[in-house]
Amino acid sequence: MYPVLLLTILGVLLALAIGLVVRYFDAPEDAQGDAVRSLMPGANCGGCGFAGCNDYASALLRGEAKPGACHAMSAENLEKLCRLLGVAQEAVGEPLVAVVCCSGDDNHAVHRAFYNGVNDCLNAVLVAGGAKGCSYGCLGLGSCARVCPFGAIEIRPDHIAKIHPNLCRGCGKCVSICPRKVIKLVPRSVPVMVYCSSPNKFAMKKQFCSAACIGCRKCQKASGEDKIFINGFLASVNTEDPPDASIVEVCPAKCLRTICPPTAEAAESVQK
Amino acid sequence: MFSFGKFYGGVHPDDGKIASGSAIEDAPLVERYVIPLRQHIGAPASPVVAKGDKVLRGQLLAQAGGFVSAPVHSPTSGKIVDITTCLGPMGNQLPAVVLESDGEDQAAEPMPPMDWHNASPADLKKRVGDAGLVGMGGASFPTIVKLSPPADKPIDTLIMNGVECEPCLTADHRLMLEHPDRVLTGAEIVAKILGVKRIVIGIERNKPDAIALLNKLIKAGDYKGIEIHDLPMRYPQGAEKQLIFAITGRQVPSGGLPMDVGCVVQNVGSAATIAEAVGAGKPFYERITTVVGTPLVRSGNWRTRVGMSYKDAITLAGGVKEDPAKVISGGPMMGFSVYSLDIPIMKNTSGILLLSASELSQYSSGACIRCGRCNDGCPMSLTPGLMSVQIENEHYDMAEKWHVMDCIECGCCAYSCPAHRPLVQHMRRAKSVIAASRRAAENKK
Amino acid sequence: MSETEQTVRLPDMTHLVVSSSPHIHDKDDVRAIMLKVICALAPACLASIYIFGIRALMVLLVCAASCVAFEALFTRMQGRPLRVNDCSGLLTGILLGMNLPVTAPLWLCVVGSLAAIGLGKMAYGGLGYNPFNPALVGRVALLIAFPSAMTTWALPACNPLKWLGADAATGATPLALLESSEAEAAAMPSFSALFWGGTGGSLGETCAAALLVGGIALVFLNVIRWQIPVCLLGTVALCTGIGHLVHPEQVASPLLHLFSGGLFLGAFFMATDMVTTPLSRKGAVVFGIGCGLFTSAIRMWGNYPEGMSFSILIMNSLTPLIDRFTARRPFGVRDARKEVKA
Repeated sequence: MYPVLLLTILGVLLALAIGLVVRYFDAPEDAQGDAVRSLMPGANCGGCGFAGCNDYASALLRGEAKPGACHAMSAENLEKLCRLLGVAQEAVGEPLVAVVCCSGDDNHAVHRAFYNGVNDCLNAVLVAGGAKGCSYGCLGLGSCARVCPFGAIEIRPDHIAKIHPNLCRGCGKCVSICPRKVIKLVPRSVPVMVYCSSPNKFAMKKQFCSAACIGCRKCQKASGEDKIFINGFLASVNTEDPPDASIVEVCPAKCLRTICPPTAEAAESVQK
Repeated sequence: MFSFGKFYGGVHPDDGKIASGSAIEDAPLVERYVIPLRQHIGAPASPVVAKGDKVLRGQLLAQAGGFVSAPVHSPTSGKIVDITTCLGPMGNQLPAVVLESDGEDQAAEPMPPMDWHNASPADLKKRVGDAGLVGMGGASFPTIVKLSPPADKPIDTLIMNGVECEPCLTADHRLMLEHPDRVLTGAEIVAKILGVKRIVIGIERNKPDAIALLNKLIKAGDYKGIEIHDLPMRYPQGAEKQLIFAITGRQVPSGGLPMDVGCVVQNVGSAATIAEAVGAGKPFYERITTVVGTPLVRSGNWRTRVGMSYKDAITLAGGVKEDPAKVISGGPMMGFSVYSLDIPIMKNTSGILLLSASELSQYSSGACIRCGRCNDGCPMSLTPGLMSVQIENEHYDMAEKWHVMDCIECGCCAYSCPAHRPLVQHMRRAKSVIAASRRAAENKK
Repeated sequence: MSETEQTVRLPDMTHLVVSSSPHIHDKDDVRAIMLKVICALAPACLASIYIFGIRALMVLLVCAASCVAFEALFTRMQGRPLRVNDCSGLLTGILLGMNLPVTAPLWLCVVGSLAAIGLGKMAYGGLGYNPFNPALVGRVALLIAFPSAMTTWALPACNPLKWLGADAATGATPLALLESSEAEAAAMPSFSALFWGGTGGSLGETCAAALLVGGIALVFLNVIRWQIPVCLLGTVALCTGIGHLVHPEQVASPLLHLFSGGLFLGAFFMATDMVTTPLSRKGAVVFGIGCGLFTSAIRMWGNYPEGMSFSILIMNSLTPLIDRFTARRPFGVRDARKEVKA
C-alpha cells in the first residue's frame, strides 16, 4: 500500500514541477530565427567572418550582417533568406572555388629527403622546411583536407592535394591553413589556372619539379597581355579577365590547366 | 633551502663526446664562403658591400639592421661575387653574401685594441655590438641586447655556461682547455659591462680537466671573484632556466627572461670571442665547431670561418667511411636535421653531427601508452604526452592552458618516449600556431 | 692537398632522413616494456604450473593465444595497422590466464579473451586508448557471467605432472573461507602456505613469493612506479589491521589479507598497467591508496570475497580525474592561489 501511495505522490509532485518549469522558463518562440538558422549550411566554416553558422544567423537577425557573406550557401537558400529577412537580394559576390596551384606530385616533384614525423603539413614545414624539393610545392600531407568542412579536398596517393570543384564552396579555410600558401580562391567563372606557385628561376625549378611553369610566355602570347600576367618566371591568370579554356593547349609544361574538367575525356587528357 | 645543482626531470643520454680529446685545429682556407646576413634572432643585417667589391678579412660586410640585430664581417680576403640567398639549417632561405677567397687572407685594419680595465662599460658594450657578437650556444640572440637590461631589472649574477650538456659536442670543452684565459677575461669584461660582482662558471662533471684548469687559474689570483660550479651530468643541465635554477635556486618565471631574476647567462664561447674583440679588436668571423659522428673518418674540433659550407667541414674531417643516414646541424638532442651540405657554418653552429643508419631512431605515430616517462623527463614540469594528444586533435587552447609555451624543446620527452612519438614536433607546431594567433590578436588591437 | 681531396669521400645526400629533434632515443620501446613485464610474470607462471599441474600451462597458453588472435582479428576489421608485435595482447592474455582457476574450461578462456581484447581494449581503439585494464575487464566479465565456473577452485596438487581436470579435488580460497561459516574457517591455511602457494585459488593468486620477486624486478627495471604497490599494500594492511583490532572475529589478520586473494598480482601487475593508471608519481600514490581503500572495503563489507579487480577498475575510471588534480605546477609558474593570498 505504502509504495503505491509514495509513487503516486512522487509522480504528482514531479508532474507539477515539470509544469511549472514549462510555464515559467519556456524560451520565447522565435520562428524567424529558427527559419534563418535552418537555411544555414551548418558547416561552421567561419568563411563569413563569424564564429560559425549560429553566430552569423544571430548577426543577420540583429541586422549586423548582410546575406551573401556566406560563400557556402546555395543560391536557392540565399533567395529564401533574403525573402525571410525582407531585404532586396543584392548583387552577391560571385561564388568562389579553391585551387591547389601546384602540379608537383610524386611523378614530377623531387623529395630532397625522407621525412619522418607527424603526417601533417603544418608539422612537416617545421622540419627543414618540408621534405619536398620545391619550397613552393604542395606537401600533400593533408592539413587542408582535415580542415575542409565540406570534404572537398582529396589527398592523392602521389602526395598532392586535389580540390573537387563541385564539392568546394569557397569558404577559404584551406587557404589560410596551407603553410606553403599554394591554395588560391578564384571566382568560379575562371576556367583555367596556372598549377604552379614557384617564382624561382628556371634552373632551380627544373631541379626539383618537371611540371613547373617555366615562364615561356606561350600562354601570354596566345591569349594576350592582359589575360595572363608573367611575374619573373611564373605565369598567373588574370582572374578578372581570364582567358578561354582552350588556352591550356599551348602550355608545354602542362601546368596551365582547366579548373573544372568539362568532360571525362578532358579530365583524363589533363591528367596525362 | 634548495637542493644545489639539481633541477626537476632530465634524462641521461649517452654523451658520445668522442672528439673531446682532439685539439682544436685551424681550418684551412676554402675557395668560397657564403655568409648569411641573418645569423641571429632579429632583423637581418643590411649589406654595405656590393657585387664585385674586394674585401679584407675582418672587414664589415653588413651592418646591424636594428637594435635586435648584429653586424656581419668578412671571414677572409677576396671578392664579393654575389649577394643572394642561401639555404639555412632550418630549411629557410637566408639573405647571404657570397665571397670568393683570393687565398691571401689579408687582414683589414682591426678595431683599436682596448684595455678593458680602463675602458668604460659603455665603450666595451659598443665594442661587443660592433664585433657582431651573438649567443654561440644555439639561439644566437644578439649579445648586446642581453647586455642591455632595462634599468628596472637589476642584475646581480653573471653565469657563464660551460656545461655543454648536448651529447657529442665538444667545442666549448676544448675552448676551456685551450684558451681558459680568454674565457675568464671575457667573463670579467661582461661582468664589468653589467656592473655585476658575482661571476659563476657552470661546468658539467664530465669535464674534470676543464674544471681543474680553470680552478687553478683562479686560485693563482689573476681572476678575482669568479666561482666554478661543477654540476651533475644530466641533460639539459645547460638550458638557461635550468642552469640558473641549479646555480642560484631562482626560477625564471613563465614567459620571462633570466634578467627577471637578476641573472645573465653567457656561453663560454661568447666570452672568449668578447675577450678577443676587446683585447685584439678582432670581429666575430670564426668559431670553434665540432665535426663529429661515427660515419666520419676523423671527428674533431676545428676553428672554422663563418660561411664555410658543411661540405668543406666534412672534407676537413676526412670525409666519410659510410654514408650517413642523417646530417644534423648542432647536437643530437636539439639540432636540426638538414638535407643539403651547401649550408654554411654560422655564428651559432656549435657542431655538425653525422649519424649512421644504425644510430637512427625512427618516430612513429602510435598511440601514447601513458607511461609517464615524458612527465618525469620534462625539466619544465609539463605534461608532454597529454599535450601531444590535445595538439593532435588541434585543441591548442588546452595546450596553451597547460603551458606549452614554456616548452624549451629540449627533447627529453621524445627521447624517453617508448612509443617513439614525435613529441617535440607536436610542441613546436602548437607553439607556432599559438604564437601566430597571438600575433594576429595583437594586430587586431 | 689536392691528392687527399680527391680521395675524400663525401656523403651521399640522396637517402637522408629529416626529422624533428631529438635525433637519438632511449633504447626502451613499448615492446621491450611489455616483454619485461612478461618476464617478470614468468616466476609466477612457473609456480602456478608447479602447483596446479600442466593444465595451468594449458589455460595460460589458450588465453595468450586467443588474446593475440583476437587482437589481430579486430585490428584487421578496424583497418588499422597490425601492431600485435608490441606484445601487449600477449601480456593481456597471460594476465587473464593468471586470473582464472585451473579448472576453467578452455572455452571459458576464449570467451574471457574475447571480452578482454574486444570489450576492454579494441572497442576503445587499441593499446593506449583503453580506460580499463583489459585483463580485468575479461576477468570481471567472466566472474559475472559464469560465477560458478569462476569460483570453483582446485586445491593445489604441487605435482607438475598431474593432470588436473574436472575431477580435481576442489575447495575454497582462503578469502572465501573467511566469508563462510566459522567451522570451515577453522581450516584456514598457514601463512607459509599462503606465501609459498599452497592454497586454492586462481593461477596467479597462490604463490605470493613468485609475484613479489617479479614485482620487485619490475620496480628496479623502471617499468612500474613503486608508489602504486607500496601504497596499495600499505593501505590494505592498515585498513584490515584496524578492522582486525576492532572486530577480530569478523576481520582476519592483515597478514592473511596481504598474502591471499591475488592482492600481490593486482598490486604489482594489474594496478600498475601504464595505460590505465595516473601519469605522475603523486597520482600513483593517490591511485594506490584508492585501490587499497576500495579493496579493503569490499573485502570487509562486500559480498565478494575478493575485491582487487573491482577496486582497480573503479580507480581506472577515476584516473583522468586523478591526473587532473595531481597535475604539476610547471617550472617558473607561480601558484595562483598563493599569489592571491600574498
